[in-house]
Parts: sequence; structure tokens; C-alpha cells
Amino acid sequence: MNTGTQNLSTKHLLGIKDLTSEDIRLIFQTASSFKDVLNRPIKKVPSLRDLTIANLFFENSTRTRISFELAEKRLSADVVNFSASSSSLKKGETLLDTVNNILSMKVDMVVMRHPAPGACQFLSKHIDANIINAGDGTHEHPTQALLDAFSIQEQLGDLEGKKVAIFGDILHSRVALSNIFCLQKLGAKVRVCGPPTLIPKHITKLGVEVDYDLRRTLEWCDAANILRIQLERQDIKYFPSLREYSQYFGVNRELLDSIGKPIVIMHPGPINRGVEITSDVADSAHSIILQQVENGVAVRMAVLYLLAALGKA
Amino acid sequence: MEKGRIIVSQAHFALIIDRLCHQLIEEYDDFADTCIVGIQRGGAPLSERIYRHLIDNLGIDHIDYGKLDITFYRDDFRRTEKPLEASVTEMDFIVENKKVILMDDVLYTGRTIQSALTALNHYGRPDRADLLVLVDRRFNRHVPIQATFTGIRVDALEREYVKVEWAKYAESGEDRILLFPDKKEVY
Repeated sequence: MNTGTQNLSTKHLLGIKDLTSEDIRLIFQTASSFKDVLNRPIKKVPSLRDLTIANLFFENSTRTRISFELAEKRLSADVVNFSASSSSLKKGETLLDTVNNILSMKVDMVVMRHPAPGACQFLSKHIDANIINAGDGTHEHPTQALLDAFSIQEQLGDLEGKKVAIFGDILHSRVALSNIFCLQKLGAKVRVCGPPTLIPKHITKLGVEVDYDLRRTLEWCDAANILRIQLERQDIKYFPSLREYSQYFGVNRELLDSIGKPIVIMHPGPINRGVEITSDVADSAHSIILQQVENGVAVRMAVLYLLAALGKA
Repeated sequence: MEKGRIIVSQAHFALIIDRLCHQLIEEYDDFADTCIVGIQRGGAPLSERIYRHLIDNLGIDHIDYGKLDITFYRDDFRRTEKPLEASVTEMDFIVENKKVILMDDVLYTGRTIQSALTALNHYGRPDRADLLVLVDRRFNRHVPIQATFTGIRVDALEREYVKVEWAKYAESGEDRILLFPDKKEVY
């Protein structure tokens, strides 16, 4: 007697920008059901048993790749993995050729991480399979934003009117951009905070507030998403030293205690302990870093399931 | 204007529930090592009614009772127009070595029960599983599945639709079963 529900409005998950707030709520609702499944003795359901999914990682990843692979396997899909370091890319093959070759082996969905912003967008114009963006350069990382917002919602209830601050390297962060879109679509207020050199110039045009003071921003927010300094993407020096950065923008126990209200602490990982966040904060009761990872599998299962539902011939 | 024809009225409905409960007692006695599992969504109100009647009115002390959602086990995923919306599974016990009474409102193609049996296996290997349905539409089966206990048999054409209404949810405020000449006229 299942009556069915609405569909996602998009065939691919390229970025949060393309999603409607109804899409996001549908993904969350489905993710809650999959979270139930993940707490059962047998954590596997047969929904995607006739699908093959290719995980194409042109850039390093631990968490996201494992999370996607687990999500796919929990849904009983067949999975092929590809990583750039061991591929023919080194021999000069183009992205389109690589992907077309993989697709000619009858792959139904593609999960892709790529260092070039817009790589997934490009691909979606050329191939039929559903594409899920697992991070494209400094552009978007939609599933991370979905699992972040889902995790905050679990802690604080509906996001309408909630205040969420994003700290750190906003300039190089795809997580920050996706988070901003996602939180705003759900009605939350977003403020970014970091050194002026790491805040994009016109970011206020996205409707976010900017503050350069860590303490003031912490006092303002209900949830704090603390991002990593992405040294690998920084071609010039944006701040004098990591030591100085952690003095001005590192979140530590004393600071949080002095604020006197509970703040949900988040981090998308990998953590640089002692730089943007100290160990006692990362491991504290207010930290939901490990819940984020757990929710990541459920949210990715929801995305795969809902896109698969659309992808029927 | 209502287009469905009432095939089971409120009084008849209560009799059927009562009879099914007595059939269960005849078969399972004190319900030791037995559990009732309602299949979401249609089977949930049925199983709840039967469970409550057994406990409240017929002197049974204890039965394990759960609701099983089979959405992610269905075989028509990607074959329908819309994604399937999941309901809650409430199973706080495993069915290993237990006698399971699966319950659903209408047995039609049998595919729901097939999926439920797959889903049930994820909670252990039951000693035995029986099926109780309120309505058995006999002539439209896609798989060889039969009910052990049946409320009423209905011989209906494929385009027709059998709807079970529960007093708690229905506009009419009555428990009853209706037959519609066409599914499109139901919703």
C-alpha cells in the first residue's frame, strides 16, 4: 500500500545549487529510513541489486570513497572502483574517453571526484548515466553538505532560523560553498569566519554574513562547522604560520567554556588536531564529528536510491 | 459521492477479526515463541487490532509484536513512476527459531509477501512463518503464495480495487471493506 512520494527534481547530483528545498527534505526523510536499516542486525537491502555503480576518484579521498562504497554495497549494487593514480590517465587519456570506456561496460551510475571545478557538469552533458558529484575542485561537495545539514537537524531540529557558522579556509573549500547553499535552502542563517585572505571577496552576495572574529562568531552561532586549512590547494601564503592561525582561529576548550552556551561542533575531516580544532574539543560531548561520518552513509544511500528511482529506462 | 460498494460492513468486520483471533488461539495456544509481524502499511492496523484483541479481550498474556517495512525489499523499484516512500520498522526482537505470523490487509499478487519474507530473513531464520490476511483476492496471483488464515475471499477483476478502511483513519469513522470498479476512482 505504499503510495509513493515525489521525485527528485534532478537526474544528477552535481551540486546543492540545483536542488530545491523539497529535494533536500526528501533526501533527509529517505536518509532517516536508511539510518534505521543501518541499525539493524543485517544492514543490507536489495534495492539496487540490478545496478552497477562506478566510483571514479581522480583525487585522493578516504572518508568519502569508503562512505560511498559502503552505501552502494548496503543497497546491493555492484561496484567498480577507479582511482587516478593507478589509471590510464597517466598515459594521456581524456576524462571523457576514460568515462566512456567505463560506461561501455554497462555502468548505470557514476560517483566522481575530480580536481577541476565543473568536471561533473561537463560529464553530465555527454553521458546518460546518473552522476553524483563527490567533490569537484573548489566548487561543490553536495553529499557532504547534505550530511552536515542532516546531522545539525538531528541535533537542533528544523533548521529554519538556526544560526550556523563556518570557520576556516572558505576560499578553497567546496564543503563551505555546498554548505552555504544547503543551509540557506533550509532556512538557516549562515556566517563565515576566518582570516580575511581566506574569505572570498564577494561572498556576501550569497547572502552570508562575514566576521573575522572567532569569539564573536562562536557566541552568535548554534552550530559551528570547522573546516580544515587546505594547504594542498594554497599556492601562496595566506597567513604567516599555522601557529598564528591556530592562535586566532583555532577552537579550543577554554574558549568554548567561556562562551557559556552549548554549540554543536562539526568538522568534515580530515582533522588537523591542534590547528583549527584542539583534541579536547574534537572529542568532546558537543562534537558530532563521528555522527557526521555515520550519517554520511545513510545520506549517500538516500541520494543513490532516489536517483536510481529516476534512472529507469 | 462514494463509488465503492461495501462488501464488509462494520458488524461483519468485527466478526471476522474475532474469528481470526480464535483461529490463531486454536493454532498457537498461548503464543509461546510466537510473534506477530504486521507488514507496513496495510498490515500495520490489522496486526495492531488483532494483537490488542488477543491481549485485551481473549486472555493472552504476551506476544512479541512488530511492524515490518518492506519498501527497500520490493521488486518493483525502478519499475514504477515514483520512488517508494518508506515507513517505520518497529521490530525490537529477532525471529530466530520463532513462529512468525505475518499479517497484511489484502493478498493480491503475492509480491508484497514475497518481499516481506526476504525482509524477515534479515531478522533471523524463523522456525516457521504463517500468513494472515483480511482479504484474499484469489485470482490475481503472480507468485505461488497462499494465506494460512483468511478473513474473506474476494473474487474481483484485475481493474477492480479492494480497499480496507479503518475506523481510526477513515472519513466514515467505520471499519469496513469496499470494492471499487476502478482503482482510479479510489484516490
